[in-house]
Parts: sequence; C-alpha cells; structure tokens
Amino acid sequence: MKADALNPASSLAELGTLGVLVAVARRDLLLALRRKSEVMTVLFFFVIVVSLFPLGIGPEMGLLRTIAPGVLWVAALLAAMLSLNRLFAADYADGTLEQMVLSPAPLGLLVIGKILAHWLVTGLPLVLIAPVLGLQYDLDGRALGVLILSLLIGTPLLSLIGAIGAALTLGVRGGGVLLSLLTLPLYIPALIFGAGAVEADISGLGAAGHLSLLAALLALSCFFAPWATTAGLRIALE
Amino acid sequence: MLKAIDLACVRGDRRLFANLGFNLEPGGRLHVTGENGSGKTSLLRILCGLSPPEAGEIHWQGEPIRTLGDEYRKAVLYLGHHNAIKEELTALENLRTTAALAGIAVENEEGTDVLARVGLAGREDLPVRFLSQGQKRRVALSRLLWSPAPLWILDEPFVALDTAAVSWLAEIVGAHLTRGGMAVLTSHQEVSIASGIEQFLRIAP
Repeated sequence: MKADALNPASSLAELGTLGVLVAVARRDLLLALRRKSEVMTVLFFFVIVVSLFPLGIGPEMGLLRTIAPGVLWVAALLAAMLSLNRLFAADYADGTLEQMVLSPAPLGLLVIGKILAHWLVTGLPLVLIAPVLGLQYDLDGRALGVLILSLLIGTPLLSLIGAIGAALTLGVRGGGVLLSLLTLPLYIPALIFGAGAVEADISGLGAAGHLSLLAALLALSCFFAPWATTAGLRIALE
Repeated sequence: MLKAIDLACVRGDRRLFANLGFNLEPGGRLHVTGENGSGKTSLLRILCGLSPPEAGEIHWQGEPIRTLGDEYRKAVLYLGHHNAIKEELTALENLRTTAALAGIAVENEEGTDVLARVGLAGREDLPVRFLSQGQKRRVALSRLLWSPAPLWILDEPFVALDTAAVSWLAEIVGAHLTRGGMAVLTSHQEVSIASGIEQFLRIAP
C-alpha cells in the first residue's frame, strides 16, 4: 500500500446525470443476476398462482374466460408486492442509501434508476410469460395481445407506486405487512383499468379507453412517484 | 471553510449535545471524541447533511449547507460505519458504482490500479463476500484515492484495519491535509497523523 502515489481525481472523467442513472440501474441488474433466486421467486409465484385457478375450477371454458383478466392481474399485483420490500432494504442496511442521498446527482434520478431496474427484473418477465398462462384460460389471440399491452403499461405503474410504499416503510419493524396494506389499495386503479381492458376486449367493447386511462396513470406516477419516494427515503434516513 | 454554529442534537427524549461549534480551515483536522453513545456519529451525519440539526447552522464557504445542495454534496466525502459495498459484486464493480454515485467515471484499468494501491491486487475480480472484514474496509477506503472532495468526514475509519493499514490510512489523510483538504474524524484508537492543524472536539452532555 502506497500513500505517496496519490493521484486525486484530476485525471478521472466526470459522469453526466444520465450516466449516474444508468450506473445505478446497471448495478441493480447485476445484483439481480447474482441473486437469481429473488427474481425466480416472483416469476414462479405468478406462474403457480395463475395456474392454480384452472386446476381448481375445472374445464369450464366460459367461466375461465370470464375470470382470466382478473386472476392474471391480481396475481401480477401480488407478485409485484413480493419483491417490493427488498427494493431499498439492502441499500439501507449496508449504507449505500446514505451514499445515494449524498450523491451530487439528484436523488430522484437515482430512484428512477432503481425503479427501472426493478421493473426490468420483476415486471417485464411477468409481461413476457403472461400470454403463455393466458392460454390456460382459453383466451384468443386478440385478448392475449391486449393482456400483454395492459401489463406492459401496468407493471411499470406497479413498480413506481410500490417504490413509494417501500420508501415509506423502510426501517419500520414489521414493514412487510404494512407495505402490503399501504400499497395494495393504491394498486386498485391499475387493477381496474388493466383487467378492465382485457374484459372490454373480450366482450367486444374495445380496450382503447381502458388502456389510455392506464397510460395516463403511468404518466402521472412517472412524475410524482420518484418525488414521493425521495421524500420517503429522506425521512427514513434522518 | 466549514463552520458549525451552536449545533444541537436530540435523539428521542435525550439531548445529545447543544451549543456545539467549531471552525475548520483548509489543512485542518477535527478529531471528535466522546464516549459511546455521546453523539459522535449523529454529529457527523449532521455535518454531511444527512440529518438536520435540532438547532444551529453549518456553513460551507460562508453559505449555509441547506441552500448549497449538490454543490456541498460534491465537496463532501462521507465514510460511515457501514462500508456501502455489495457482497455479491466484485471489488472492482463496487469501486466503479461508488464512483458513479459520486459522479465520477472510473475505467477498469484505473479501478484496478486504485485497488492495487489499497493492497487488493489480484483480488479485484473476487466477489466481496469472499474478502475478510479488513479487506472489505479497504475496498470502502479506496474512495479516498480517487475522490476530489475537499472535505472528508470519516466515522471510525481505522476500525478492522491492521497496523500497516492504519499507518497507511494516516498517511493518506495527512497527504490530503497537506494538499489543503479538511478532515473530520472519530476514532477510539490513538493515531498519529503527521501534517495538518489538529483540533479536538469532545462531546459531553
């Protein structure tokens, strides 16, 4: 170990704000890759919960088609819940969160990076596997397409809203239960419009209305959720 | 440069300290002492802006740090009790993400070079969970080698280090002070740092 060879950062390049966001997202993706079990838990939970219903109800195609959108969406909500309490907990425990708050880059931006990684790891796999599971419910090609689209708009919404809950319950004893009680009611609009889109398509009404409302919710929470999450994290660290 | 005026801190119902003040100039080092639970860490967290003081103000270059925002955060390096490193990532990956959080791009070669200097040559691609406690601390301390921040706030930096590493760290801090940097640190160990103007601050209720 040499102390004389000190060369403070004069030679090192500065990273732009976007670079910081990418670095945070990349770190979380890398961590997810090293702890595969956490990602797999969410995905398997989703697959198993959705598959249990046809087994329990039996081959009544009409009934299955009717309950399909609701079951798929509720299972997606619960699967998203599973991974939420770990969103900030590890960073909080090992001191990384302090460094994030002290970063010259805005905390909101770092939070967006983390939410983005969370969605890529837990939300996107649900979107991709949903059409396969939808086949068990005898959904036709069109309905499956709408299902994918509604989940594609809806799952980022779940990550964004969930991040607020995760930040608010950070460091609270028994935070897991509190997190569910806090977040699930906030998921209700996403559930109504997400499942509603598929239902409307099956009944021939057209899904456009529901999907645009879902997209509006996503746009709104893209703006407010990082801000609210940031406030929650600051409170947790004080 | 760094000036604390009439700081007070309350944790729960207990007043940890009140009317605490100091002035730190370039090349100066503030050694915070006090018993366990006296509020050393609380003071350090207040100084870097993580938690607001109950009363009082902190000024950096004549301006209150509340209004400075990212300008102040750029000037501060905080090393807390926790190492802020991820067990699953390698030493090099940890170093690069820590640097990115501070807004600095460190390339692989530069990172390897820095890790070699903290005595982790050949271990840069090993997940950190395979390293010893002292080696993990060295990964965290590697920040001191690339950070451009003039104000170092170090909470018990000598914990878990062997004697060679302790004197190395003392040299690093000394070199930083010689360059006109500042340091606020707590330590239960007697450590001799050669250069800089030393001030002592004893926290007593």
